[in-house]
Amino acid sequence: MPVTVKIPSPLRTLTEGAATVACEPGTVGDLIDQLEETYPGFRDRVCQDGELRRFVNVFVSGEDVRFGDGIATVTTDGQEVTILPAVAGG
Amino acid sequence: MSGSDGAFGGCAIGLRCKECGHRTGLVAAYVCEFCFGPLEVEYDRERLKATVSRERISQGPLNLWRYRDLLPCAPDDPASGLSTGLTPLVRAPRLAAALGLRNVWVKNETANPTHSFKDRVVSVALQAAQQLGFSTVACASTGNLANAVAAHASALGLESYVFVPSNLEEQKIVATAVFDTTLLAVAGTYDDVNRLCGELAADRPWAFVNVNVRPYYSEGSKTLAYEVAEQLGWTLPDRCIVPIASGSLYTKIHTGYRDLIELGLCDGAVPILNGAQADGCSPVATAWREGRDFVSPVYPDTIAKSLAIGNPADGVFALDAARATGGSVTSVTDKEIIAGIQLLAETTGVFTETAGGVTTAVLRRLADAGEIGIDERVVLYITGDGLKTLDAIAPHVAAIQIDADVASFEAATIGDHVPAEFVTAVA
Repeated sequence: MPVTVKIPSPLRTLTEGAATVACEPGTVGDLIDQLEETYPGFRDRVCQDGELRRFVNVFVSGEDVRFGDGIATVTTDGQEVTILPAVAGG
Repeated sequence: MSGSDGAFGGCAIGLRCKECGHRTGLVAAYVCEFCFGPLEVEYDRERLKATVSRERISQGPLNLWRYRDLLPCAPDDPASGLSTGLTPLVRAPRLAAALGLRNVWVKNETANPTHSFKDRVVSVALQAAQQLGFSTVACASTGNLANAVAAHASALGLESYVFVPSNLEEQKIVATAVFDTTLLAVAGTYDDVNRLCGELAADRPWAFVNVNVRPYYSEGSKTLAYEVAEQLGWTLPDRCIVPIASGSLYTKIHTGYRDLIELGLCDGAVPILNGAQADGCSPVATAWREGRDFVSPVYPDTIAKSLAIGNPADGVFALDAARATGGSVTSVTDKEIIAGIQLLAETTGVFTETAGGVTTAVLRRLADAGEIGIDERVVLYITGDGLKTLDAIAPHVAAIQIDADVASFEAATIGDHVPAEFVTAVA
């Protein structure tokens, strides 16, 4: 079973409008590599100097990866990964 | 979700990314399409300088719309909706004396329509939402915002959806539900609620006040700087103590004071801004203490639920504002928060919710540490009402139980100490 990556609206211009994309399980970095391959330019939008941009949040099954291993956080079959802009709330 | 450009007029000219400078129109958007940085309202500064004056403001309506030139939008009729702002700036000589200071004022935001500063940001957000063509508004809230969105939406005839963590204080739940909103109590922390709203905002034609119309919403907090300066006779305080949850209020108060100087409305320097957090949710204070320029998220665990944001959106900008003003960000224990609520109540007659206990406790810490000059003019921002967090303070106060006769009264009140058998804790 693949990992489902939920794409935020500012990035859907890159994913041809797709709100979700199926990826092979791996680290968050691996998922971004797969997305970069299918949708060139994707990585630059969410990463800077090999890390997540500071205003990008990534959640694996609802858990902020900054509580885990960041971009090295491992995802497994059937999990949902959500990419969201960080600047909301309060 | 982007709405139509609402023909805003005024001095606001567009939205600009704080991170990379990318510009867009006055639309319903909150992040830069390229770098995900936060968007901020940009003004025509020359036009502002030519328009704004002390006289023009002082002749304005007796609510926050008197600062309409400095806001992204304003209603045609400034008396429409719930009238927000112009809350009292209370001189607090007894609080000052208790702290060894001379000049302390309390900005009493409990006097707003729904008893917190959130009425300011919601007034601006709902005006923007209407101009952008939305008829439904929503929010992720730790409680005070929920109260404000539900109430202002009812006043204006807008539909509303309000999302809160399910462990919220009963007072905040009831004081929101009464307004015929759709209130959703989410199993999770505020940060979970916020993530959910971020996902929902992408696909629904609603104005989430602190998501897709957040650039407009946050501008409302600037009025807390404008108002204090006007109430001090167009002078600036030396220091302000401000609570930090997302960091938006703190950074916008900084912007507001800078505006006053840049536009020639006040002379002097931007006040020192001291940020206040609770130990149980202190991601910004921890970053400050460790000298970092990034904020690591935490799981909140504090009685100061209105400040319980573990992943603060404007945390890094709050650090910038602390550095720029020679300020700091301090956190205090839950015990100090309770003592702060009691100190404020006993010396000023103002009953604050736990967030104000945090702010007062930080003022006390700084005063005790000798960091505040005795003659400094200090403003304490009290952002919400104690009636909203009764459970936090109830175990620490007591009532004397007597029978309805004079003998019982005299038996209970004789001497300095009330005999224990008469005293009942309130909770």
